[in-house]
Order: sequence, then C-alpha cells, then structure tokens
Amino acid sequence: MSSIQRNMSLTGDASDQLNTLQKIGTIIGLSGLAIIVLSLFNNFEHKGLWLTTALVALAGGIILYARGLYADKLKGIKNHGVWFKSISSRGFLGWIAALILTGFYIVLYFHGELLGLGQGPDGTNTGIVGLFDPLSRFLSGNPASQWFVYGALYTVAILAFGIKFILKYKHNRYEQVRTLSVMFFQTAFAFVIPELMARLNSDDFSLPYNDLKNMWPLNYYAFEQWRVDQFINAQTIGLFFLILAVLLVFVVSPFLTYKYGKRWYCSWVCGCGGLAETAGDSFRQLSDKSMKAWKLERWMINSVLVFSVVMTVATISTYLGYDSEKYWFTKNAFLISVGVFLTALFLGVIYWKKNEIQKDALKGAIGFYVLTIGFIVLIAFIDLSQVKIDAASLSFGLNTKMYAGDAALRSFYGFAIGSIFSGVIGTGFYPILGNRVWCRMGCPMAGILGIQQRLFSKFRITTNGGQCISCGNCSTYCEQGIDVRAYAQKGENIVRSSCVGCGICSAVCPRGVLKLENGPLEGRIDSNQVLLGNDVDLMELVNKK
Amino acid sequence: MKHTIIIGNGISGVTAARHIRKLSDQKITIISAETEYFFSRTALMYVYMGHMKFEHTQPYEPWFWEKNNISLKKAYVKQIDTDAKTLHLSENETLKYDTLIIATGSKPNKFGWPGQDLLGVTGLYHKQDLENVEKYAPNNKVCKKAVIVGGGLIGIELAEMLSARGIPVTFLVREKSFWNGVLPDGESQMINRHIKNHHIDLRLGFNLKEIKSDDNGKVKSIVITETGEEIPCNLVGLTAGVSPNIDFIKESNIELGRGVKVNRFLETSAKDVYAIGDCAEQRDGGIGERRPIEAVWYTGRMMGETVAQTICGNRLEYKPGHWFNSAKFLDIEYQTYGWVFSKPRENEAHFHWKHEDDTKCITVCYSTVTNKFLGINTFGIRMRHEVFDKWLTEERDVDYVMANLAVANFDPELFKHYEKDILAAFKKNLIEA
Ligand SMILES: Cc1cc2nc3c(=O)[nH]c(=O)nc-3n(C[C@H](O)[C@H](O)[C@H](O)COP(=O)(O)OP(=O)(O)OC[C@H]3O[C@@H](n4cnc5c(N)ncnc54)[C@H](O)[C@@H]3O)c2cc1C
Ligand code: SF4
Ligand code: SF4
Repeated sequence: MSSIQRNMSLTGDASDQLNTLQKIGTIIGLSGLAIIVLSLFNNFEHKGLWLTTALVALAGGIILYARGLYADKLKGIKNHGVWFKSISSRGFLGWIAALILTGFYIVLYFHGELLGLGQGPDGTNTGIVGLFDPLSRFLSGNPASQWFVYGALYTVAILAFGIKFILKYKHNRYEQVRTLSVMFFQTAFAFVIPELMARLNSDDFSLPYNDLKNMWPLNYYAFEQWRVDQFINAQTIGLFFLILAVLLVFVVSPFLTYKYGKRWYCSWVCGCGGLAETAGDSFRQLSDKSMKAWKLERWMINSVLVFSVVMTVATISTYLGYDSEKYWFTKNAFLISVGVFLTALFLGVIYWKKNEIQKDALKGAIGFYVLTIGFIVLIAFIDLSQVKIDAASLSFGLNTKMYAGDAALRSFYGFAIGSIFSGVIGTGFYPILGNRVWCRMGCPMAGILGIQQRLFSKFRITTNGGQCISCGNCSTYCEQGIDVRAYAQKGENIVRSSCVGCGICSAVCPRGVLKLENGPLEGRIDSNQVLLGNDVDLMELVNKK
Repeated sequence: MKHTIIIGNGISGVTAARHIRKLSDQKITIISAETEYFFSRTALMYVYMGHMKFEHTQPYEPWFWEKNNISLKKAYVKQIDTDAKTLHLSENETLKYDTLIIATGSKPNKFGWPGQDLLGVTGLYHKQDLENVEKYAPNNKVCKKAVIVGGGLIGIELAEMLSARGIPVTFLVREKSFWNGVLPDGESQMINRHIKNHHIDLRLGFNLKEIKSDDNGKVKSIVITETGEEIPCNLVGLTAGVSPNIDFIKESNIELGRGVKVNRFLETSAKDVYAIGDCAEQRDGGIGERRPIEAVWYTGRMMGETVAQTICGNRLEYKPGHWFNSAKFLDIEYQTYGWVFSKPRENEAHFHWKHEDDTKCITVCYSTVTNKFLGINTFGIRMRHEVFDKWLTEERDVDYVMANLAVANFDPELFKHYEKDILAAFKKNLIEA
C-alpha cells in the first residue's frame, strides 16, 4: 500500500497545477499580505490608503483564486486531489502553514508589542497595529489594538473564504445560506456593531466591548467583575445587555438548540465556527475519526466545561464575597443556588433520560457532576482572593506575575483555554488537526449545546434506509471526526453531541443517504431502524440485541 | 468448537461474520487473497481521485476484528474438498471447516478481445486493478489517452476517475445511448449529454475490435469494429460487466451455473456449504423480477444477514423486499425504487419529467390496467427510501404517489422543490394521453 500511496502523491494530478486566474489571485493576495508584513518595518505615510489596498488585495486575491478554481466547473462535489495536495494532506505546505499560523497567534496573544502596539512616541502605534489605526478610528474613534487587527483580519478571512465556500458549493443552498449567515454575524455582530458602540462611551458612560452573539461560556469573561460593573453602571442600557446575556444563555440558546440542534450556533452564528467553516474548510478531512479520538473528545470537552463553570462560579462568588451589596446576591446565596440548579438539572436528566444514557456516559456524567459540586463546596469554604499563586510555574514562564487565587484561576483559564487551546492549537493547527479541534475538544459552549443536542433536541441526521454503500466519504469529510458511516451503514440515525450540523456529510454522500432534519423526539435515535429492502422477519431478528 | 470459514472479505462475507458473531461464539475465519482488511469496493474511485485515502475505505478500524474474535487470513483458496471439509490454500496449507460460506464476489468480464491481457489493460474491481490504473495512468503526461470499453456503472466511474486527473478519455459504448438497456431513453440521453459536458469523448454504438501492443507488450492503441478507426492510448479499461469469481471451485463437487447455485436458503449442493453475494446464483431463476445473480452491494449485505441466521440454527429463507438501488453519474445522483424498465412492458406506462437545467429528471412507471404505481427512477433529486418502500407495500396508485411526492423528498434543507412542476406535468400528460 505505501508504495501506491507515495506514487499517488508524488506524481499528482493535473488539478495540482494552477490556472491563470488562480495565479493572478495568488499574486494579488500575497501582495496584500506583503503590504501588511512590510508595515512592520516601514512606517507608511497614507496609512488609510495602504491598509485599504492591502485588505482589498487580500480578499480580492482569495476570491479570484476561488473563481479560477471553481467558476468554470459544473455543479458538484469538488474534492479532487484533496489528499494529494501538500497543503490539505498534512504535507510540507501544511506544516509550514501551521507554523506560521501558530507563530502569529503566539505573537498576538503574548507579544502585541512586536506588532507595533504602543511602540511609537507617547504610546502611539507603529507597525501593523499602526497600519490599522485609520480603520479603527473610522469605526470607533480610537486607535487600533492588536485585538482590532485580529478582528479585522478575522472578518476579512471569513468574508473572502466564505465567498470561496459559496462558489465551491454552488449546487447546495443549505451550505450557501449557512455561510451567508456566519459572514453576516461575524461582520455585523462581532466586528462593526461593537466598534460603533464604543462611540457611545464617554467619561461618565461606558459599555464593555460587547459581541452579543459571543455567549458565556465561550465568552469566559462574560461575568467578570469589571464587565458586570460596567454594565450596571451604564444604567438601563447596561442592565439590558446584562440581562440579555443571561437570557441568551439560559433561555434563547436552549430553545433554539431544542428546535434546530446546536448547529444554529456552531455553524450559523459563531465566529470560531465561522472561521472553521470558511478559512478552515480545506482542512476538514484531517480530523481524527478513531474510537480513541472520540474517547479523548468526551473526556476533554467535559473537563473544559467543568473548568469553565468552576472558574466562573469562583470569579463571581469572590466579588460577591467582598462586595455583595452592589449585586443583589451574597456569596453563599449564589453558591447555594448554583448548587441547587446544577443538582436539579443533573437529577432531572438522569430521571427523564435514563433509557437513553449509556452506562459509560452515565459514569462520566456522575464523575463530572461530583467534581463540579466538590469544587463549589471548596469555593464556599475558601476565600480564593487570599490564596497567592505564582503564575510562572503554570505558564512556561510566559507570565511571571503573582496572582490571588481567583485571578489565578481566571488567568490560567484565559491562558490555557482562551489563548492556547482556542487560538494557538485550535486555529494554528488547522492544517494538522483539522479545522474544528477547538470546537470538538475544547469549547465549553459546544459542550453544553452538545449535551442538550444529544438529550433534548429535535435535530438528527436521518439515514436513508438501505442506500448506504459504506464508501466513507461522509466520515472522511466530517470535521468533527464523527464516524458517520458507522451509523449510516446500519441504517441508524446520527444523534451525536458533537455534530455541528455543517451538512457536509450529506453533501459529499454520493448516494443521497444523509439528511439533516428537525423532527419529533419520538423515535429520533431509532437504533433499531430497519435496514429497508429486507424482509420484515429478518429485520426483527437482526435488530434483536 | 464449530469452525465457520468464509472465503471472501467483501460486504457479504463480512456481514455474515459479524452477524454470526452476534448470535454465537463459534470460531470464525475470513479468508481473502485481496486485502488484509475489509474495504469498500464502491469507494475505489475516490482513492484515485484523491477524495480519500485507502484507509478511509475501511469501515472498521483494525482492532475491531480482534475485539470481536474474528480471525482474518490473507491467502488464496485453490480448492474446496467438500468430502473432507477441507480447503486447500496457496502455499500448500490446508484448513478444515465445519461450515463454509463462499462469498468470493465477481471479476470483470473479458470477451476474448485480442490483446485483452496486455500491460495497461485493466478492469476496475479489485484493489489490484486500482493499483494498475495508478501505475499506467498516474497523470496526463504518462497517460495521454485512455479508452474505456463498456458503458455501465463501473465504466462511467472509471471515466470520471481518469478525467479528474486531466486524462482525455474515449468511452466506447455498445448501446445507442448510455446504459440504455436499463435506463429509459429520456434519462439515458440526459446522461449522454452530461458525460459530454465533462469533456469525455462518448462514442455510442461502437464496439472494440482489438487492442494493439507496442514492442514491450504494452497497450499502444485500440481499433473500433464498426469504423476500423485506430485510437492510440496508454490505458484500456474493460468495464463490460462482471461475472461470478468461481473458477477455483470448478474442480469441486459444488454445483455451478454462471455462479454458485443456491436455493432460497442460500444453501449450495454440498452439505454445510453456502454461497452469498455477487457469486451466488438463485437456482430457480431470480426472486420476483430480480435477476438470478445480483451483483449489488446491499443484496450481498442482506444475504450475509440471512445466512448468519441459518448457520446459527434458525434456518431462514432469503427474501429481499422491494428492489432499490442507487448510483452516481459524474455529478448526477441516481436512485431507483421498485421497477422501471428501459421500455414500458405490456400494460405499463412511463411518465417522464425533466428539469430544464438538464441535470434532474424522474421517470415513474405504473400499470395502465390498475393504475398501480410500480417504480420510480430519480436523477438529481434525492428520495426517501422508507416512503417508497411503504407505498410499494401498500400498492398505492400512481395518482396518490404523484400527489404526495413531496413527502418522499430527501434533498437537503433549503433546496428548491419541484413536486408542483412534476405534478402539473403529470396531469397535463394525462389529459393529452
Ligand atoms: C468500482 C465498483 C463500484 C461499485 N459501486 C456499487 C454501487 O454503487 N452500488 C452497489 O450496489 N454496488 C456497487 N458495486 C458492486 C458491489 O461492490 C459488489 O456487489 C459487492 O462488493 C460484492 O460483494 P461480495 O462480498 O459479494 O464480494 P467482493 O466484494 O467481491 O468480495 C469477495 C472477496 O473474495 C476474494 N476472493 C475471491 N476468490 C478468492 C479465493 N479463491 N481465495 C481467497 N479470496 C478470494 C476476492 O479477492 C474479494 O476480496 C460496485 C463495484 C465496483 C467494482
Ligand atoms: S456529522 Fe455531518 S453535519 Fe454533523 S458535523 Fe459531521 S459532517 Fe457536519
Ligand atoms: S457517504 Fe453516504 S454512502 Fe458513503 S458511507 Fe457515508 S452515508 Fe454511506
């Protein structure tokens, strides 16, 4: 086998060669990138002009390339050569891309000054951050930060690669509409609106940067003291946003997930999902489909979820501990209500869904529940703000400050999960681990939505009777590493907590076997779904466990 | 402990093994000369096109077999001795069985064409065939032209494969229109146009006369019977159908026809020997409208499930339900439920609807006597198997089916629906008729 595989990847196929339009696109795109890189060494005059040129070239290059790739092709699946191309098969180019991306993230998170943040006279920006000043001033009136640079590039990536994705799936309206949706939410909610809202801020009125769709716990700092304080101080508007944030988490999101599955968020709204589906689309086949990876996934994502809950509870209870008059709650009242809420939720699930939870899942659930409650009890008895922790030991020396216990927890979470996992690994390693490792293994939001999707949602992927030929396209292209074929070939519906409803399995299936649907809860999982085409007596026998 | 040996690790053999394991703890061995692990033959094309790696075509991870205590053996069975219940393998090894399942699948047809065994001539069935294609047609520099002979489901897959690597393909089809022995004219002609849109040189109504060799025993060109035209090429794909892979059984006492003869219980003429999948031939002719040999994926799977019951003590008849199948012609998906023949038979009529974009159409077959719905072919529109299976069982009439077509639609969400157009066309058609 190895000889034939090698042979295949070396000699390659004609589709490896770029056509003229693709070449032009590449040159234009790279020149856009070059302007941005050059700004590191050269303080351009006419920054606005250069920035516009760079961004237009970057986006235009990508779109031209995509047109060259897809425009004159007939409607259909476009996966020719995916496993031959170096970039999309963990080849040399894939590794180079991963190195560049991770490098970028490390600089972004930990060394903003290298990008020119506050390096000019009087703390003005130079370099790349300086290049983005005009756009930032135009939107919010303030100079740029490294986060603004990131947000702008992120949005450009989702827009340009979103158009590429739409061209690629020109035969599939589900994919197109979903992509337009993430393009919209990223541009409006994550980028433009919060920047414009910053204009409302004055000396006696200020709102925190607020991306409405970025919900807790994905937004792990949603309920930190400074944010809550700002909201409360901003009177009606602030309170409105604070209440909205809570409602989104506890009412809107469960309702939408019940109706449509977690896809409403993960592949229609979320920014992380948006980048994964657009810029990351070329890497979806790299997710690990093994049983081992699935086990790791369940263990990891639920641990992160527990961590994020504990961290948030610790944070809130700490400031309630010394400041409770300000916020309607005392520390103990808060902890007790969290404990009661979680316990009621846990018992309710066990009671109502006992038939649907498998043994190992039950064991896991009990373990994670006990762990969470254990930590909450611990928090009740310890004043975390009095514990002192040296950060250097936990951050490989990237951070050398001393922290109070609750702050340490927060900054460790921010460092390990918020920066390293979601950014450096989650996005930097797209070309190695696939485009959704973060969403699959690390995102606490996906964790919650997933549990709900598995237990209380109308969403499922229906298998079309006996039509599956076990070809494996669905499993290969599932970015979440779900072995879709394992279900499809048995005629079973797919109801998995990790499925983000991207719809690609259904798109690539050559036999029309899979359909994403919302329907009645009754019979949703249907593990005894008949393999149609068989004689009925046989099916009864086959389905007997 | 009872030992069941299965020759062949394709879908039928592997399904039988899995279900025997579910029902009993007897010893199970699967023998195959082709590959170590079960893989999906239907996905060979995707490996060559770079959609998947070969590993992706294996439905079970390697640990699966050990965990389920199913032994795998890579060897070629040379002979079956039914008296001594012994298999003779390559390397002079022997193996004793208590129960034997023959699941050896098919092999590509070769009709004695001159030059059919030259280097660079290949079918597309086994993994070794894929390796051959890879060797003689790695790209369009080594392979400047390929000729495919035989216009069926495998032929069009090979054509798609080669053109995905930019290799010019000439596609010789004996019929006047692609797969016209199975597909009604309207559908077949739509596929003709679709093939040509993919820049494949489709030659309808032509036969292969001979394949010519260069000095090294490699393919140089082919000659067409009807015109005498000689087409230089570096690869010839022979895809004129398949037949049961049973040559090694000829020496045994097991009764053979075109395939291994079996009764409805999948029992062969020898005691404790069964045959399933592509290599089995129903002794009394096909079941219902089915052919005696059914070389399709899911019938192999169903036979595997059935034979497992029998072997584990619950003797069960093979009773496939309503016919269905599916395929894909380049970018156009095809599904069929019930029976639609290429020409309406006696007391049958066809209703055909085609979308103006020339990539979607359906043909519905119904009885002109009872108005009963008999079957549907659909192209470019996915339909729900469960619904059609139910309608066929309930013997619905065609008006009901046409009026309720939307219920059966299985296209992804947000796709455009055509049921209204189809129904309108159907009604118009009735008035005109
Ligand atoms: C390219 C291609 C595409 C196809 N697409 C479709 C499709 O879309 N839908 C569909 O329904 N069907 C399709 N088919 C047909 C389908 O794949 C077959 O019907 C099915 O694989 C038959 O399964 P089987 O288990 O009977 O035999 P096989 O899969 O052929 O397995 C038999 C195995 O036995 C081995 N064997 C044979 N003789 C010996 C021996 N003497 N000793 C040891 N080992 C031996 C063979 O090497 C082989 O590995 C396709 C076939 C091909 C080739
Ligand atoms: S199962 Fe299908 S829809 Fe769900 S994540 Fe995987 S590919 Fe996407
Ligand atoms: S892609 Fe379709 S036919 Fe292939 S394994 Fe998946 S569900 Fe089955």
